[in-house]
Amino acid sequence: MLNYSLKRLASAIPTLLILITVAFFLIRIAPGGPFDSEKGLPAEIEANLEAKYQLDDPLVIQYFRYLGDIARFDFGPSFHYRDWTVNQLIAQGAPVSFTLGGIALILAFVVGTLIGVWAALKQNSLSDYLTMSVAMIGISIPNFVAAPLLILLFAIALGWLPAGGWDGSIQRMVLPAIALSLPMIAYVARITRGSMIEVLHSSFIRTARAKGMPEHEVLLRHALKPALLPVISYLGPAAAAILTGSVVIERIFTIPGIGSHFVQGALNRDYTLVMGVVIFYGVLIIALNYLVDLLYAWLDPRIRYDR
Amino acid sequence: MSISRTNSGVLAASAVVLWLALLATGCGDPTAPQEPRQPIRLDEPVPLVFDRAGEPEPEILAEDQELHRGNGEEPQTLDPHRAEGVPTANILRDLFEGLTTTAPDGRIVPGAAGRWDISRDGMIYTFYLREDGRWSNGEPVTAADFVFSFRRSVDPDTAAVFGRMLMPIENAQPILAGELEPEALGVEALNDRTVQIRLDDPTPYFLGLLTHASTYPVHAPSLTEHGDDFVLPGNLISNGAYRLVDWVPRSRIELEASPNYHSAGQVIIDRVLYYPIEDENTEFQRFRAGDLHWTDQVPSNLFDWLGANLPQALSVSPWFGTYYFGFNLTRAPFEQNLPLRRALNLAIDRRILTEKVTQFGEIPTFTLVPDGLPDYEPPVPDYAALDQAEREELAREMYRRAGYSDDDPLEVELRYNTSENHRKIAVAVSAMWKQVLGVRTRLINEEFRVFLQNRAMKRNTEVYRAGWIGDYQDAFTFLELFHSQHPRNDAGYANPRYDRLLEQISTERIPARRRNLMVEAERILLAGQVVMPVYTYVTKRLVSPLLKGWEPNVMDFHPSQQMYFVKSRAQVEAEIEAAPETETGSGEAEDVTVVDEGTT
Amino acid sequence: MTARAAETEATERQLDIFEQAMDKRTVKGRSLYVDAWHRLKRNKAAVAGVAILLFIIILVTFGPMLNPWDHEIPDWDNYSTPPSLETGHVMGTDALGRDLFERVMVGGRISLLVGIIATLVSLFIGVAYGAVAGYLGGRVDNWMMRAVDAIYALPFMFFVILLMVVFGRNIFLIFVAIGAVNWLDMARIVRGQTLSLKNKDFIEAARVSGATEWHIISRHIIPNLLGVVVVYVSLTIPQVILVESFLSFLGLGVQEPLTSWGALVNEGAQELETAPWSLLFPATFLAATLFAFNFLGDGLRDALDPRDR
Repeated sequence: MLNYSLKRLASAIPTLLILITVAFFLIRIAPGGPFDSEKGLPAEIEANLEAKYQLDDPLVIQYFRYLGDIARFDFGPSFHYRDWTVNQLIAQGAPVSFTLGGIALILAFVVGTLIGVWAALKQNSLSDYLTMSVAMIGISIPNFVAAPLLILLFAIALGWLPAGGWDGSIQRMVLPAIALSLPMIAYVARITRGSMIEVLHSSFIRTARAKGMPEHEVLLRHALKPALLPVISYLGPAAAAILTGSVVIERIFTIPGIGSHFVQGALNRDYTLVMGVVIFYGVLIIALNYLVDLLYAWLDPRIRYDR
Repeated sequence: MSISRTNSGVLAASAVVLWLALLATGCGDPTAPQEPRQPIRLDEPVPLVFDRAGEPEPEILAEDQELHRGNGEEPQTLDPHRAEGVPTANILRDLFEGLTTTAPDGRIVPGAAGRWDISRDGMIYTFYLREDGRWSNGEPVTAADFVFSFRRSVDPDTAAVFGRMLMPIENAQPILAGELEPEALGVEALNDRTVQIRLDDPTPYFLGLLTHASTYPVHAPSLTEHGDDFVLPGNLISNGAYRLVDWVPRSRIELEASPNYHSAGQVIIDRVLYYPIEDENTEFQRFRAGDLHWTDQVPSNLFDWLGANLPQALSVSPWFGTYYFGFNLTRAPFEQNLPLRRALNLAIDRRILTEKVTQFGEIPTFTLVPDGLPDYEPPVPDYAALDQAEREELAREMYRRAGYSDDDPLEVELRYNTSENHRKIAVAVSAMWKQVLGVRTRLINEEFRVFLQNRAMKRNTEVYRAGWIGDYQDAFTFLELFHSQHPRNDAGYANPRYDRLLEQISTERIPARRRNLMVEAERILLAGQVVMPVYTYVTKRLVSPLLKGWEPNVMDFHPSQQMYFVKSRAQVEAEIEAAPETETGSGEAEDVTVVDEGTT
Repeated sequence: MTARAAETEATERQLDIFEQAMDKRTVKGRSLYVDAWHRLKRNKAAVAGVAILLFIIILVTFGPMLNPWDHEIPDWDNYSTPPSLETGHVMGTDALGRDLFERVMVGGRISLLVGIIATLVSLFIGVAYGAVAGYLGGRVDNWMMRAVDAIYALPFMFFVILLMVVFGRNIFLIFVAIGAVNWLDMARIVRGQTLSLKNKDFIEAARVSGATEWHIISRHIIPNLLGVVVVYVSLTIPQVILVESFLSFLGLGVQEPLTSWGALVNEGAQELETAPWSLLFPATFLAATLFAFNFLGDGLRDALDPRDR
């Protein structure tokens, strides 16, 4: 087990290196640079700026210098938000994204499993189809439609909640968290339903029932835990879903997280910021996948990682 | 099992019913509103009452003077010499004060300098600083501060985007090019409170330039102490009406009134929050939800809706900028092909574009320099007087003369950068070309940086969308764009005669002659059809009806220090009811001016 | 094994069961697919999905022929008007006066095309990669799968966005970009299948009885993979359509005057209050299509699971 964990951990390094390399060169070959401006910059000034940010060296040298910098956890100055370093920007944005993503994740897992279990119990009935249809809304209507609809309904028409912004208060988190969790709810519900049906048909449940155990006890004691195992493995993909979702949600609700830093950074050719965010998310996804594997091994006695 | 069929059947049926209902409402009257039109109720302000000095009477002022402004993009930097972009300029205008500043109507008025002298030849400006000018930390603002700041602004090491704004100042050009030391700049402290600026050429708009952020003073000691971090909250020391309290990137920038500001007593708004909100729809919803008092933009399709629902909050006024399309003159098909360029220009129906696409009262134009400058009259081409049908006839003739026909149509690429408004205009223009001339247009929507680079390289670009907002209030800010050496001359226009004219304009000392030269320059530009001007921009925003003290102006400068919140009519009525014995009309009544919004 | 995307895993698990059943039933030839077909027909949600999809595909293909309007020429007398028989715009017009019905149809063609072609691209890469890894096995397989594990951890959406920024927006690039980042699941499934099939008794038996390699692949391996592929395709298409709409939201979608449902829905969302029809119609088509594909995919998965439900 320990051996396996270490091996996995070691394999994360080449993954990260691929990530950094591809992202680094890809953003650099994009046309345009960080100092382009519609007002037009005299050539001398642009040269000065490039010298200041060491962009005038050959790309390969910049690449190795960058590798050296990130080995020391220094992501450099932001090329666009020139008063800030990338470390500062990520330190400011990450807690916001984590809070929002965390709430959305909890919401998705709670609501999703409830819907999934319910649908499995009522398999092929009207309420199965109805609840699953409702859950599917999340993957049938894009986020950028659901979010304005939520704002229009709850912020404008009913006036219950704010229309956007972020100050750490719960009211301002509710709508974006719901909007972010919608697609995940659908996936979680679908996985739960599938695995719950499988478990309910398995022999040990039938045995438990045959022994005359009360139905709710059968469900809670025996069926739920194995049925929820596959849901846990959704954590990894969910992290990626939050990431994509947050690009949309952070923009529509004007939330200063780091999801929108990526798109904005790419558009501004803010090389260092893009790299910082990519690496940050890369590490996060790798870590989550790793965690899921360990969690899985711990929860499911059938899996052993001794290879 | 059959349940699910009923289920999906019901869904399908209800969708069809909904559609039919929509069709039915449309049938009776295609313009019928979707919902009963009732203006959204916003608080109505009390009538304005001013004292003898023109200041608002204290009793009409609201208790809470905290202003929340939507402000487009997140600033790239708050360093005034490196900053660029309108949103950043808005914030800097509150934090700093140049030698001159602007009144609510845009007039240039004394700022950090209480008065100034201009030499008879217009080449030497002497500014006398206010005695009570102070930095936000209480230190006096001195002439040395200004000398330091001007030098920093043109220092190539600062790499200021707007360094060239200071070009008229003696030696600025060689300093920017790295040929002279910044100390050689023609800015000098005659004494503690007197700054003298010597110019290379007489520059009639020079006082206007001094309202620009690149001329703002920065606090030298804090620069030495903090380096590039001097602009961060806690470090930034500024000389304007406000000081920086907090800055959360892409969330908000918080300012509070600076007690050390020379006119602190007249500043009523005591706290300003700027929110970077790029999405127009989001900004609009946040205004509606009461989060904002002031928006940067209004979604372009909402004009009718706002007219019906929020007329009290909508403010639209002309802006000093032109939306146009440019041609790449350095390659086929537009190189040496005036008839073709003219044909495409004439085939655009500007009335449809402004009335049906942009909708906010943008002004159709055939000239590059916007109308409305006090001392400049753009040379309107003859075809502007024709009606659109005649112009289209002329366009077809030119198109044929250029060698194209229905059998051999022009195939052209039109580039624009990603934006809802640009997209709509580009689609409409390409449709007009197709309908009038049979031109086949390939629309190419590019992300901003790619677009700028393609424009500048002039390799792939054929027709490109462009816009220019004047940096200072003079026609020259538009004309200089087509000097063969200008970094943003993306048309690749290189006309020695035009360049010579521009140089003459720079050195001309007699205003009337200078104006004639500028008119001549623009005439050459338009006759050569270097660009296709489409409309003059307007500024459009939503403002809380309770926010007063600001006026629309052509530069769109709105410092927070000029604004104030008044009480709502309802609140005042409630107060009067609560305290009926309060006297409202005392002996001083003759001295006050009452402006009732209802009658204006 | 490592825990992975639960979707993939659920499919894998069901396929194990499916395989066991295959083992038992190969005697009866291909009757498994016949059984699955019968099971699918009994799943009303899946059948409704097929019906909706067929309807939409027919409408999108032939609808424009019945419609007098052009999808790129504005009708300036009727810009932003609601659906009306009088004006002839049965779904109304967009903000530029272009007929919305026509645009929804054109957009539907693009969205479906992107969905299908990008899925096929990912299918092609995934099957090739997975089959090679599974067939060769051993050290090569180990390394190839390590690589997949590594690539799994990359934030893919970033790469799609970067690709669109770098190479400009081009409809073929959208196909390839989306397809190229979606093949991982397929590779894993196919590799697993190939690996287990390779050593199955009936393959062994076929080999012993002198069947050629080609015979084994065409008669045994491909038919066995077909089930997975079909499920995968029907669940990937809707995902790809959503990715395209996300790109449209970022302004990185197809070029005007072409459009897609994602682009139309995005335009409509901006006019939520002023022109609700411009959201309603494209959103209905988009949602119906995604619903249909998802129900069909779920139905196929259920149908391929031979246990009686």
